[in-house]
Parts: sequence; C-alpha cells; structure tokens
Amino acid sequence: MKSFMLKCGVAAIALGLSTAAQAGKSEDTLSVAFTKELENVDSYFNSAREGVVLQRAIWDGLVYRDPATNEYKGNLAMSWKWIDDLTLEFKLREGVKFHNGEPFDADDVVYTVNFVADEANGVKTQRNVNWMKSAEKVDSYTVRIHLKAPFPAAIEFLSGPVSIYPNEYYAEAGPSGMGLKPVGTGPYKVSLVEPGKHFVLEKYEGYHDSPKGQPSIGKVDIRTIPDVNTQMAELFGSTLDLIWQVPADQAEKLATMDQFTVANESTMRIGFLTLDAAGRTGEKNPFTDIRVRRAVAHAINREALVEALLKGKSKVVSTACFPSQFGCFQDVPSYGYDPEKAKALLAEAGYPDGFETEFYAYRNRDYAEAIASFLNAIGIKTNFHMLQYSALRELRMKSGVPVSFQTWGSYSINDTSAITSQFFKFGKLDDARDPDVRDWLDVADSATDPEKRKEFYAKALTKIADQAYWVPMFSYNTNYVFTNEVSYTPTPDEVLRFVEISWK
Amino acid sequence: MLVFILKRLGLAALVAVTVSAISFSLLFLAGDPATALAGEQATDVDIEAIRRLYGFDRPVLVQYWDWLAKALQGDFGESYYFKLPVADLVLQRLSITMTLGVCGISFALLTAVPLGVIAAIRPNSLIDRLALLLSVMGQAMPSFWFGLMLIVIFSIQLGWLPPSGTKTWVHFIMPTVVLGYYAMPAIMRLTRAGMLEVLASDYIRTARAKGAGEGRVLFKHALRNAIIPVVSLAAVQMGFMLGGSIVVESIFALHGAGYLAWESIGRNDLPTVQALILIFSMFYIVFTFLSDVVNAWLDPRMRAG
Repeated sequence: MKSFMLKCGVAAIALGLSTAAQAGKSEDTLSVAFTKELENVDSYFNSAREGVVLQRAIWDGLVYRDPATNEYKGNLAMSWKWIDDLTLEFKLREGVKFHNGEPFDADDVVYTVNFVADEANGVKTQRNVNWMKSAEKVDSYTVRIHLKAPFPAAIEFLSGPVSIYPNEYYAEAGPSGMGLKPVGTGPYKVSLVEPGKHFVLEKYEGYHDSPKGQPSIGKVDIRTIPDVNTQMAELFGSTLDLIWQVPADQAEKLATMDQFTVANESTMRIGFLTLDAAGRTGEKNPFTDIRVRRAVAHAINREALVEALLKGKSKVVSTACFPSQFGCFQDVPSYGYDPEKAKALLAEAGYPDGFETEFYAYRNRDYAEAIASFLNAIGIKTNFHMLQYSALRELRMKSGVPVSFQTWGSYSINDTSAITSQFFKFGKLDDARDPDVRDWLDVADSATDPEKRKEFYAKALTKIADQAYWVPMFSYNTNYVFTNEVSYTPTPDEVLRFVEISWK
Repeated sequence: MLVFILKRLGLAALVAVTVSAISFSLLFLAGDPATALAGEQATDVDIEAIRRLYGFDRPVLVQYWDWLAKALQGDFGESYYFKLPVADLVLQRLSITMTLGVCGISFALLTAVPLGVIAAIRPNSLIDRLALLLSVMGQAMPSFWFGLMLIVIFSIQLGWLPPSGTKTWVHFIMPTVVLGYYAMPAIMRLTRAGMLEVLASDYIRTARAKGAGEGRVLFKHALRNAIIPVVSLAAVQMGFMLGGSIVVESIFALHGAGYLAWESIGRNDLPTVQALILIFSMFYIVFTFLSDVVNAWLDPRMRAG
C-alpha cells in the first residue's frame, strides 16, 4: 500500500511537471485559452469571435486588409479589377498548396464561392456571402465572381470572412468533416480538433509569400477554459502564455505584476441606445417626440461611463457606426452631458415630472444599470429588464421596445454598410422608419464611386444623429494578457493573429 | 419482484416523456430558437434562413412529435450548434461527468459516513464539534470559491495539481474534492442523526447486553439501520452531481455533460438539450431504483413491501 501511494505521488508530481513544461518558449508552444466553446471550426458554420481567430490562421482569402493601414493587398489573388458593377475578376497566385498537398487554382475559388453562395448549403452568416451570385473559371489562374447587385464593400468582405477552401477535399468532407479536420492554405495547419474544447495548430512550413507574413511560433495549443479566474490561475502557473477578452478589473490587477504584459486595444463593437421613434410600441409613446429623444441624449454622461466602466481604449462615439468604418462620417450633431437641458427638453415636451418606461438590455448589466440611473436622474423612471439576447431580439422584431441598450460588432467589417444599413432600412429592428435615411443608405450601399458613398452615408448619419434615433454611447475594448516571453501587438479589430506573435 | 421492476420501468418511461415534452415547450417559450441559433451578429435574412432550414416555422407540436419519433428509434439527431451527432457528443461529455460524479459521491461517502459515525459515538466531543464545523463550512462555502482557492493553493502556490482539463486522473482530484465536499455535509448530518437515534434504541442495548463487541454493535447492528436514509439521500445527491456539476465543470474546464446542458440551453441547441434532459431524468430514476434495491437488501422489512 505504501509503495502504491509513493508511486501515485511520484506520478502526480511528474504529471504536474509535464503539464507545466508544455507551455512556453522552450517548447516553442504558445498556449492560449478560449472562453467560449467554438461550435465548428469551418468558418462558414460558426459566428463566433474564436472562429474568426482560427479562420485567419488556417485559411486565406483572395484579398488581405493590412490591419495597420487598412490597405487592401493581394493574398491568394495577385490582382483584381471590376469588369462592371456586377463582375470582379481576379488573377490568382500560382504555386500555392493547401495543407493536404492539393494545389490551389481557379477550381478551388469557383467551388468555394458557388458552395457558400447557395443558401441551401446553410452558411451561418448569410450576409457574409449572399451578395455573391456565382463564380466562373476563365482559366486555371483567372476567376470571375458575379454579384447579385452592385456591392461596393465586396473587397472588404473578400478580405475578411470569405476564405478559400480546397475543392476536392471540401466536396468530400463537407462542413462537418472540415470542422473536424480543417484544411486551408493559411500560415497554420491544424493537427488536432476536439470539438469545442481543444485545438492544436502547427506552423505550415510551405506557407506562400503572403502579406500576412510568415508564422514564427511553431505550435499553438488552444484550450477552452470558460472561467476567467481559472485562465488567470493557469497564466500564473505558466500553463498558459496568452489570454484575451480579460475583463477590465482583472486586467488592471495583472498589469501591476511584472511577469505579464497587458495590451489593451479597441474593438469594432459599439454600444448604443435604441429609442422607439417610430412609435412601434404605441402612438403615444414619449420617444416619438424628438425633444424626449434629445433629452435622453443629453442625460447620459458617456465620458464618465467610459472612464469608470469601460476604461482602456474605449471612446465616446456620436455616430451610429464605428469611427474606422468606411463612410462613418464623424462631424454630426452631438449631445453633451447636460441634465438641466435634458429636464428642460422633457418639460417642453409635456413631461415636467418625467415619465415611466420599460428599459431592456441583454449584456453588460453594469453599463445598462448606470445608463438607467442617468435616465432616472432627469425623471425618466425605468423598469429594467435583462433578457437573453434571442428573447430581446425576438421582442424587438415583433413589437419593438421603448428603450434598449444594444451593441453591435459589425462582424469586424470595416464598412458602414455592416452596421447603419443593418438597422435603418426598414428591417424588423428599425425603430426609426425614416424613408430619407433608408433611401440615402440604399444609394450609399450600392454606389461604386467611393466619394458618392461617403456623401450619402454622411447625409444618413447626420439625420440619424440630428433626430437622435439612436443614442450612440461608446466603443468597446478588449484586454490581451501574455507572459513576458511573448511579443504581440494587438490590432483594433479584435482578431487575435497568431502569425503576428513571436517569442521575445 | 418482476412486477415491481416492470412497474418501475413503465413509470420511468412516463416521467421521461413528460419531462421531455415540458422541456421542449419551455425552450420555445424562452425565446425564438432561430434567433438564438443565428447568434448575435445575425441579420433578419440569416434568421429566416435558419428558421426554414430547421423547420422552426412548423407548429411546436409537430416538431416535438418529429423529435420523439426519431428519439424512440435511438436517433437523437445532430446538434444545431456543433453540427455533430448528439449521441457522440453526449456520450463523450457524459463519460467525464460520470467519472466526476462517481469520484465525488465516493469521496463524500468515504469522508461523511465515518465522520458521522464517530461524531455520533461521542456526541458533543471535540471530534463532533470539528465534524460540525467541517459540515457547516461545506454547506456555506460556494463551490466556485472553494474551487478557486484549491487552484490558488495547489496549482499556483504549490504547483502539485493541474488547474484544468481532463487528461489524466490527477486532473480529477480537485474537482472531486469540491464536488464531494458539497454533498458531504448533508450525508454526514444524516448519518450522525441516524446513528444517535439508533444507538439509543432498545435493540442496541440488547446487543450490548448479550455481549456483542463494540465494533459489531456499531457496524452490524447500528450503522445498517442508520444508513438507510443516507442511501436514499446519496442517490439523489448522485443524480444532482451528474446534472448539476455545472459550476465545478466550468471552473476546472472539464467540458462535461452538466456544462454542456447549461451552455446548450443558452444556445437553444434543442436536440442536445432534449437528449441531456432525457438522460438526466433517467439518472434520477435509475438511482432511486438502485437505492430502493440497496435498502431492500439492508432492511428485510422493505423487501416485503
């Protein structure tokens, strides 16, 4: 019995040591934690941030957007041109091979585009692909993509969510096979997938001369650890090298410790209030009065929210989009914090003693409660409801809600069409129902002349701000924490790029 | 006995169908499944596409019947979220939860029963007080805090145990202690109370009077009677551990069935939730049945009834 116990003890210590040795520079293995269980590695069949991170490592798109300069560069395509408003032609890169040895050529592009553009194949985020009608092979290294309607953001989408899959392999494996054994042309190939919980990537030695750069770290070991405290414990115990999406208060504590680097970067997500300007919840709803909407905008101290709650690189935003997005015009009417003016506006609108309203939110309860208290301060009493995202969305789609705190991350698409146009074109989530705004956005979304697009987005965004249909609040930020062995500069699009990480 | 078992099985099937019907309709009440599946970034077009793809536009009753008919043939369908067969997914996750549950309940029983017995032999002694303190702490301490404390001490400070994962049996030590400690106080208190009551009864005095050794009195005569309610409680605790170890599974990143169920509800992953609920309700039924059998073995009077 004694010797058994002794053996167990030795085994335990040996195992403890071996797990500790897995991470870090000496093993050339970067250990990373995901918080959420990723549903499927096949990037067309997940809608998660984690999925985007893997997508950028495993696959390539035809085009690459440099995250620092926002300049478009050829990746799997060497060059491209618009044949007409509905046709894009690409010259493809030669000599590229997929991880399984399959050579890359026009057939892969044609197969991928035709597969994902077909609604029946059930790509999860239809918006990413449903602007494409089909693809056609001109010769082995020339491809044309046909659009359904003029879509000036095409290159942006091709540089983001549209990655190219190997035709022979994908035809055989399908989305679930691809999810379990992904094959791409990207800087990292996949050596292990345990669905939802564990992914191991290895440097792809044959990676082409891509604008993404060459991978430096040999192996990336990703485990899903739902609890952020456990992630921190593993970071302390050096079984993790990098964690991200770390909440502000924890990141602040970690920043005071010498062995870690905390990098804060903005994300494309913005937070905003929706107000029922169209009167969907009832004709007499106070928010149909522009003075009430402006009062709400003046009531909230957004600077204080950013300083006390969001921190980091978050900024106050005044437009209904993220500032870096193409067409996100900044010079719109804005509303400073002025509770007295807010009260006066309410009185003018016939509510000298304020009124009572339902207020909904689905995430960041602390932010939503702070906003509610600002509203209470000018006399708008809020009955606060915290709902699941799907429940709130359903409610908003069916009958609208008077006020809700919403956020939108634009799927990291650097174009205003990914946010403003999603909400102000008389869709089910449009609480403004302003035909001017809709018509201007229609022009901006489909014009091929960039200057014309800018002009019409500016018109629409100015009217949205002037009418206070939304009260834009702030941009979000995220914290990346890594050990001092790791060298990484995060980008403002919340995409963790393994190819940019190296050892110090 | 055969009639007894058949009756039990019939009841089990009835419970399972009722539970699954209720959970199915509750999931539809909780929010539109198409919206939940489409995710936060989805547009109206995405949601409509998903609604058609999964047939959510059909009446709930038709959808339930469709699911039930397939489930009865052993086909639990494909997880909406993972796009993998539910049976594979659940089996894989369940093995982790089962391991954890068996370890947890064993740990709880192995510590709680002896402590309870000792506390009952010497009521109000130092050891009784210590046992009381332990059980009060176990009951009062939230598992997420206890789990994190263990990680801080044994993983960070001492570096003895890995903080998360399921690779080896060593990974299960801390989760077992946390889960077991949560179930321990109730079992210990019940053992102590039962033992105190039994030790005061006439037949124990008789046993002592006829000269039986103290060990024989305690374990053969007293514990056997005192343990009967403990067996029933342990069965319920075991069922709870298998379905409700969400916090422990989440802290130690175990990816077991409890955590899967919790996450799947948020994701409106109907096939997965339905399969798990069916399995969890079966667990309660099986464990209650097993505890009845064990009790019948312990107490001949129950066999007749």
